[in-house]
Amino acid sequence: MSEYHLRAPFDESTMRRLQLEDRVYLDGTLFGIRDATQHRIFDEGVAPPADLTGAVCIHTAPGVRKRPDGTYEKISIGTTTSPRMDRFVPGLLRQYGVRAIVGKGGLLQPSVEAMQSFGAVYLAIVGGAAALETLQIEEIEQVWWEDLMPECLWKFRVRDFGPLIVAIDAHGNSLYQKVQNQAAARIKALGFA
Amino acid sequence: MESIYDIIEQTACDLYIRALQEIPQDIRLALLRGQKAEQEQNNETATQMMLTILNNIEVADRDHTLVCQDTGLPIFHVTVGSDAPVSIPELKAALTRGCERATRERPLRSNTVHPLTRKHTGTNTGVGIPVVHLDFVSGSSEIELQLAPKGSGSENMSFLRMLNPSDGIKGIHKFVLQCIFESGARPCPPVIVGVGLGGTSDVASGLAKRASSFRKIGSVNPDPDVARLEQELLHEINQTGIGPQGLGGATTALAVHIDWAHTHISQNPVAVNMQCWRGERAEAVITAAGEVRLPQAELAGSQK
Repeated sequence: MSEYHLRAPFDESTMRRLQLEDRVYLDGTLFGIRDATQHRIFDEGVAPPADLTGAVCIHTAPGVRKRPDGTYEKISIGTTTSPRMDRFVPGLLRQYGVRAIVGKGGLLQPSVEAMQSFGAVYLAIVGGAAALETLQIEEIEQVWWEDLMPECLWKFRVRDFGPLIVAIDAHGNSLYQKVQNQAAARIKALGFA
Repeated sequence: MESIYDIIEQTACDLYIRALQEIPQDIRLALLRGQKAEQEQNNETATQMMLTILNNIEVADRDHTLVCQDTGLPIFHVTVGSDAPVSIPELKAALTRGCERATRERPLRSNTVHPLTRKHTGTNTGVGIPVVHLDFVSGSSEIELQLAPKGSGSENMSFLRMLNPSDGIKGIHKFVLQCIFESGARPCPPVIVGVGLGGTSDVASGLAKRASSFRKIGSVNPDPDVARLEQELLHEINQTGIGPQGLGGATTALAVHIDWAHTHISQNPVAVNMQCWRGERAEAVITAAGEVRLPQAELAGSQK
């Protein structure tokens, strides 16, 4: 297991180098997306107003306070459950060039395969650890689609954002699947399958 | 002079914020035990997950920030003494105002939407929200408020199965383990697993929620057969190896709590509700004189 400090945008070879259970810390730009954001992109067919080539996206809907000048102050920023938004992942990778998804709860097989095809990874964060995440997000730099509040498209600037665990790599391996396979075998061994 | 309803409103507002910022002592101790267990077994990723959870709680204590961004849906269990000087409809209105104030003044992210249009109310209240469960006790003039602002990652992992009576206890083991397996990483493990046995379908679901989100870790069902099942299920769930955040490890659940009711001769309802590692809840007692009393551990926590 290795530890990396990375700054987006990423290229394919960096992503292909990462292995399951490697530890990653992010610096620089991180985009926030959630259900409604991706519903707009993929179901309503509106192209995202920011360039996501090589980007890292996090599944989030932050708690914020609007300042008089129109910018946003962070109140509590944390991560939501990824499998709910699984169907959008292949599109983010193929159409918009996203290289990494930060989330909790993992992704399903079609996303694992898409990550293998396009050279992208899933980075697991500790779900519910928003106090820490909010501290590691230095600033909300930009917000698009404010009508979807709080499920807008967010641009954050982060420092030492992590620890993140490589839980799906760019070679078709999923730590979640590995753990679930083991769990199924153990439940069977207990006689409760 | 402040009316009793002003005091209830203020207390509901305080409880909402406190539940999101201050993790109860029993949960902290259970998380610490989990972290040590992972370390002893040299589970590197699991240890890292547990250390990050504990670090996050420290940051929330220090900076008075929310532990998790999910401000949940507010669920109250209220026990009203028969001599308490309140009208129930006004008490419920005061609880609602308290949630709205916490949302506006803190501010908290609002989560309440219409189930079809998905339109936001913006207040963390709405039709049927906050959820208010009422109990009554005779010979008391106090009002006991318990609040769990239940987050969604864990709540989405809720299950109900009307088993056959002939499925027996083995059927309960199988169903609970199936729920744990299906939930995997989603409910933010290590979780507190609430199991509701018996009653009717709605009663079983309510019991499971109360068991997962309102009982303290370390509490044991007074029925020895049920208490034994709690221990057996906890052991089995932690045998699965799903672990912290579903990335593998020895700590999938911090506790299993079972609550039960009698049921019909031809029914065997089993409900499962998960609570995430945060175990958010807070409580207070309001006396007839309008004094607000906090439980001992929380009192110590709020003095810093």
